[in-house]
Amino acid sequence: MADLSELRDPPVSAEVEADRPAVEVRGITKAFPGVVANNNIDLSVYGGEVHCVLGENGAGKSTLMNILSGMYQPDSGVIYIDGVEADIESPKDALEMGIGTVYQHPTLIPTFSVLENLLLGQGRGVAMDAKGALAGLKRIASDLGVEVDPHVQAGRLALGQQQQVEIIKALWGGSRVLILDEPTSMLTPQGITELMKALAQLKGRGLAVVFITHKLHEVLDIGDRVTVLRHGRVAGTLGPDVVHAMAREDLQKSIVDMMFGEEAAALAGVAEVRGEVTGHRSNRAMSREIALEIVDISVEPNRGEVGIHDISLAVRRGEIMGVAGVDGNGQRELAEAIAGQRSLHRGDILLDGATIKHSSVSGRQRMGLRYVTDDRLGEGTVSSLSVAKNLVLKRIGDGPFWNRGRVRDEAINECAVDLVHGFDIRTPTIDTHCGTLSGGNVQKLLLARELSFEPKVVIYNKPTHGLDVKTTYAVRDRIRQLAEDDQVSALLISTDLEELLDVCDRIAVLFGGRLMGVVENEIGAEWEVGRLMVGGDAR
Amino acid sequence: MTESALSHEIKARDLSPGRDRWSGALRSTAQGIGPILLGLIAGGILLIVIGRNPITFYGHILERGLFSWGGLQDSLTRMAPLLFMAAGLIVAFRANIWNIGGDGQFLLAAAIVSGFGPSIIGAYPGGLGLVILCVMAAVTGGLWTVVPAVLKAFYGLNEVITSLMMTFVGVNLANLLIKGPFRSQSTNVPQTDIIPSENLLPDIFGSRIHVGIIAALVAVVIVHYVMTRTSFGLRLNVLGANPRAAVHVGIDVRRLTIVAFMISGAFIGLAAGIEILGVWGYVRADWNPNFGLTLFALVFLARLNALATIPLVGFYAVISMGGHYAARKADLPDDFMLMVVGLILLFMTLTEYFVARRARRPAAPDTSPTVAHDASPIAALDLSPTGSLETGGGHE
Amino acid sequence: MSDLFTATFVAALVSGGILAGMPLLFAALGETISERAGVLNIGLEGMMLMGGYGGFVVALYTNYWLGLAGGIGAGALAAVIMLVFCVRLGLDQIVVGIALLVTAEGITSVLQRAQFGTTYPRLGAVPNIEIPLLSKIPALGTSLFSQPLIVYIGLALVVLVHWILRSTSMGLNLRAAGEKPQALDVAGVSVLATRSVAVMITGALAGLGGAYMSIVGAGIFVPFMTHGAGFISIVIAMLARGRAAWVLIGAMLFGMSVSFSTALQLVGVSVPQDVVNMLPFVVVMIALIIFARRSYLPAALGAPYVRGSR
Repeated sequence: MADLSELRDPPVSAEVEADRPAVEVRGITKAFPGVVANNNIDLSVYGGEVHCVLGENGAGKSTLMNILSGMYQPDSGVIYIDGVEADIESPKDALEMGIGTVYQHPTLIPTFSVLENLLLGQGRGVAMDAKGALAGLKRIASDLGVEVDPHVQAGRLALGQQQQVEIIKALWGGSRVLILDEPTSMLTPQGITELMKALAQLKGRGLAVVFITHKLHEVLDIGDRVTVLRHGRVAGTLGPDVVHAMAREDLQKSIVDMMFGEEAAALAGVAEVRGEVTGHRSNRAMSREIALEIVDISVEPNRGEVGIHDISLAVRRGEIMGVAGVDGNGQRELAEAIAGQRSLHRGDILLDGATIKHSSVSGRQRMGLRYVTDDRLGEGTVSSLSVAKNLVLKRIGDGPFWNRGRVRDEAINECAVDLVHGFDIRTPTIDTHCGTLSGGNVQKLLLARELSFEPKVVIYNKPTHGLDVKTTYAVRDRIRQLAEDDQVSALLISTDLEELLDVCDRIAVLFGGRLMGVVENEIGAEWEVGRLMVGGDAR
Repeated sequence: MTESALSHEIKARDLSPGRDRWSGALRSTAQGIGPILLGLIAGGILLIVIGRNPITFYGHILERGLFSWGGLQDSLTRMAPLLFMAAGLIVAFRANIWNIGGDGQFLLAAAIVSGFGPSIIGAYPGGLGLVILCVMAAVTGGLWTVVPAVLKAFYGLNEVITSLMMTFVGVNLANLLIKGPFRSQSTNVPQTDIIPSENLLPDIFGSRIHVGIIAALVAVVIVHYVMTRTSFGLRLNVLGANPRAAVHVGIDVRRLTIVAFMISGAFIGLAAGIEILGVWGYVRADWNPNFGLTLFALVFLARLNALATIPLVGFYAVISMGGHYAARKADLPDDFMLMVVGLILLFMTLTEYFVARRARRPAAPDTSPTVAHDASPIAALDLSPTGSLETGGGHE
Repeated sequence: MSDLFTATFVAALVSGGILAGMPLLFAALGETISERAGVLNIGLEGMMLMGGYGGFVVALYTNYWLGLAGGIGAGALAAVIMLVFCVRLGLDQIVVGIALLVTAEGITSVLQRAQFGTTYPRLGAVPNIEIPLLSKIPALGTSLFSQPLIVYIGLALVVLVHWILRSTSMGLNLRAAGEKPQALDVAGVSVLATRSVAVMITGALAGLGGAYMSIVGAGIFVPFMTHGAGFISIVIAMLARGRAAWVLIGAMLFGMSVSFSTALQLVGVSVPQDVVNMLPFVVVMIALIIFARRSYLPAALGAPYVRGSR
């Protein structure tokens, strides 16, 4: 990563009041059934600095953010805005009080133009002040240092640009606080640099920026103040004087200690907690046999998709091939085409040298081709069915679970117990409704299901998305182990560059539904990948 | 890895899906009583508003529907086609297929059966002719679902609308057939030739109840078994609960949609068949018992548990037979009970809401300490517009 | 066959088409607003029936304008059920819609019988407004340009709805509620309130459509008289994809499929009543089959909105 330390402390304008926080929360507690998401949290946000809130998935960052932005109301605790006690009852309240939020998932309406998106909620009944909106847009965009075409359909913008519009929206009412929830998850390395530059500019104007992330290197790159959350509590806070004084490695170490306590040593190797992100070459001996071959395939896009065009790729046996790319560049279409959920417009797919183009989804599963979907609840599981049934959901009608169409519960239960044990799925019983399981355990369930019964090639679509570090570690470990010990090939689709660089042997890059290139994983690979992710010259 | 919290604690307690056990059937029936009572009370209030005595009204219903031997037999007879139709609706609804076109399928099958009835019975005397006619009825009903089924399976077109359109077409087509090629020459009234009663379905010894009721009960039990214990039933349930998951796990969604739709239509056609062959022996033009819409309430009250439909259909048969009598006595249109059924359906959605809200708190929280809920608790509440009745029972 | 294009036939076809099509127009405009906001009103026919009966009764005792207003009110009242159960409580829109329909059918039938017994009182004809000059055009003149005022109001409504959806803040909110309610919530506008307003408007318009049927169209109220008009309106709204002009075209086309058989009879071609009844629905099915691929529905249609879920 480029040295962004110069962005950490640009000149601060004289009008900023450095002694009173723009927003302060004390004793914030919020509980959901079964878990206390925020437990007695104190936080102070000052103007003119970037305050990073860091914690692994599940630490409570999102809940805290939702409270500040008015989506949730805390069970107890007080919020002070500019020193005055305040109740934030709704997103509208938050906006009016000067807190703008850019959520992790886009809130732009794809079929509306940029202007319409900005006008949403601004009018009174009938009239819409388009002229005023255009002027406001120009003003804020120049503050940010970007240019946006107001009349283009929001859905057509690149994700980085969409995020810019979201930032403009968040700053619309003259906000003094800007909260960004995991803003880099959808961006390329270059896009991230641009974002950081924009934030530095905003900071310079006295804006208070709250930057929520689970990636340590981002904190090191841009944070002025750091608060670490762990299990719903504040594990520690480091003020600007400390942060700017310490050397990078020391800072990294103290933060990791705060994040994990005793377990810090064990988890220090995980990508998200490393101080830097770069590729590395694995020294595995790999077979030359091709397990999965995709030949010139194209898939028709649905509404809002890009489809895929003329993609050819070969995955060797036991290889972990990554698929990088900004979200929405054809990853889902690719995965579904290989799995059989979509038909090919053109081209062929070969498993172990034999074509599977005409095989059904279940046919391909039987042949050892598995698909761990990223849509765990929408597609991967049926929430109202039990854990046991979900575990055999892709084997309906097969023996020993079904005998001539009749179900055999003992066989299903036996298998389920084995899998639950083997994959450490935390569930009260195997008959519990799958819908009550947490995200991490649903992911383990999906893995258990797809990786049992002798998989040969597995497609993983964002397998560690939203999971806590321990589970993330376990999942990546398992992918590696399967590849090394059992020669199970993997196609790992991820928008998380750190993950790909951590696990994969080679990385293919998708852009606009086309294959831009395949990069060997080695030192510096991230630059090549980043270049291809935004459509760099095709090879 | 740390020792898993379960190891030997895993018990195969059968809670999922709770509604599918016969105890779930009992629970559904019990929970159905609430909305039924509320509906009856609301109906009673309306009766008072228009100047009738609700006690007498409901009294007449019971008197005619339940407490007289003749009335009881009529109620049981009425149950037969209703149970077949309920079976058909359950097969469709469990797959999230809204087969609202039941009346069209029913009437067309009735027309076909009465139209061809006399000749087939003549050509194949004894039971064979009756069986052939029942098969024809089922096939007719099934075929009438093909258009909405294909439109849904291949184009995703909302089947509520298409099947309802087909009902209107079907009802009128049936009338055209009855007034046209099937018309009886021996009477001025537009209807089909009458099959003599000795050739109709036999009665259960000594009573006026024809054997159709037995066939219907058997059908319902079979449907229940298939839905709860077979792979076909599981595929159907998955399709209904989560169509995208169905694709993902390798179910041929298009084929299953069409098959389920047609099976549903076939059962409804069969309902018409045994109603004609068991009770009437002919069909009059412009006849439409309108079973379809009102049966929805019952099927939902039963939470799509086939066994639970038996007592509920029984209840409906009683108020249906008794209702005609009571309405005539109170000088009201027969459609009064239609309104009561609609109100019952509304109350039922309300009780569902409150039941689901109470069941929202999961009893056993996740034992993994590091993961907070990433979705709000409300999202765990399955109020999706598709299978809104899925989480009713056994929510852990 | 040349008889088909005589003035009589065309006049009957067009004026009959307008007569039958206006209720569809009102109801379909309402349904368009609802659907854009993300609510699928399967119970539309129930709202029409309530409007038909309520409007008729009011008109019987007062005059036809108050009758139409009564229809609006009755339809809106029925819409309250949709509002409370589906928008506020988030219950299944299809089940509640069916329940609404069945209840409305029952209630109107019972009330009609209770109030009028077996008689069907008749309303006088509604006066037409003649547009000078234009109404003198042969064949089309009387049918197109000599219509009750409410027809012209209906046409104006088409323009109004189009303008509201396209160019006003409220229209923006409505469309947002149907496309991505989270975005609307984040922008500080209540999704529930927006959808509630949409549903009420739909009820009012559907009630107006029903009242038109009984007051202007038939002059009497017969139980179940809507006879599928609500569902046809839903189809029109779906096929029109939210564009008011297409709603008008669709309504008139389907209206003419109803009047087609009457017009035929006028020129001496006799058609069995059942075919007459069947024709509009066959036309609908054919339209659906032809345009199956192209119906576009807002992304959040049919899904209740809960803050915090995705």
